[in-house]
Amino acid sequence: MTDSVVAPEIMDSQASSGTVRDYVALLKPRVMSLVVFSGVAGMVVAPGHLHPVLALVAVLCIALASGAAGAINMWYDRDIDAMMDRTARRPIPQGLIPAEEALAFGVILTIVSVTLMGLALNWVAAGLLALASGFYIFIYTMWLKRRTPQNIVIGGAAGAFPPMIGWAAVTGDVSVASIVLFALIFFWTPPHFWALAIFRKLDYQHAGVPMLPVVAGEAETKKQMLIYTLILMPLAISPYFLGIGGLTYLVGSTILGLAFVALAVQVLRSSDHKPAKRMFAFSILYLFLLLAILIGEHLAV
Amino acid sequence: MSDQPNTGPVRKHGADTDVHRRQRGKNLAMLAALLAFIVIIYVVAMVRMGGGGAS
Repeated sequence: MTDSVVAPEIMDSQASSGTVRDYVALLKPRVMSLVVFSGVAGMVVAPGHLHPVLALVAVLCIALASGAAGAINMWYDRDIDAMMDRTARRPIPQGLIPAEEALAFGVILTIVSVTLMGLALNWVAAGLLALASGFYIFIYTMWLKRRTPQNIVIGGAAGAFPPMIGWAAVTGDVSVASIVLFALIFFWTPPHFWALAIFRKLDYQHAGVPMLPVVAGEAETKKQMLIYTLILMPLAISPYFLGIGGLTYLVGSTILGLAFVALAVQVLRSSDHKPAKRMFAFSILYLFLLLAILIGEHLAV
Repeated sequence: MSDQPNTGPVRKHGADTDVHRRQRGKNLAMLAALLAFIVIIYVVAMVRMGGGGAS
């Protein structure tokens, strides 16, 4: 715990001394970028055409709703955030933004983004956006995160919604292809977060968050990570067979999938944390490249 | 006239300036966000009324 961390009761009553940059930090911009990217992928591969202005509004809505959910997550988790090195520098534990202000900020942005999505695009996309936000806030943050080591497995569904939302923004429906894109991110999430949880195990232990490495140990976590990467491999290839990915995607997803499995094997065999750190970094690149190939193929045609 | 010392609030000019600067930044950001929201609603309405939705 850092010296600059303030007690929750102080954070709650303190007047806001945060800058615009602190409010931006509440929106978890790094998480937002991957969420937006996967949402764009859903929009690009969906059959049909969307007016560029409406496409931009859909992207904005996905970004705002993602950031808003992040702000509400920071409001709820301010006590454990203050205990973990990774999160202690967030605006609420630092005393820069009062907790209730972060909550209001998140709630208002959620309402604005969902309403705008409904009015500008369609209400299926808006409903999915609301569902994703609700899932992240109520199911993951408030219910699962502090109760079960399966927190990020079930809670991971929240982060898997964006391509489905992007798809629905264009088509106004949910299809097998958009469910496959959802499943792809759903099965990618556990190995991604468990890789982080392995080298941040002490942080989670200290905060009392029952991540799998804390509860079941590193060996079991590494085994589970390998299982998920093995499930992910055929799933990541399937967009080719559904007609939303081309030959480049088939080759790219196969190579990336093999590399992901190879890293999971390395993590399983290793006794130090270096391979887990490598796997965490690669997992971000993996998803980014997979979606980039999908987007690239569709834009190139 | 009283000999009692002045116990009223002491203005800390440096701190005030800093707080005001931050508040002004937030106010301007809020203004920009509201203006952007108005523009978005207007443009979306024009596009939708012009039949430029999804196809």
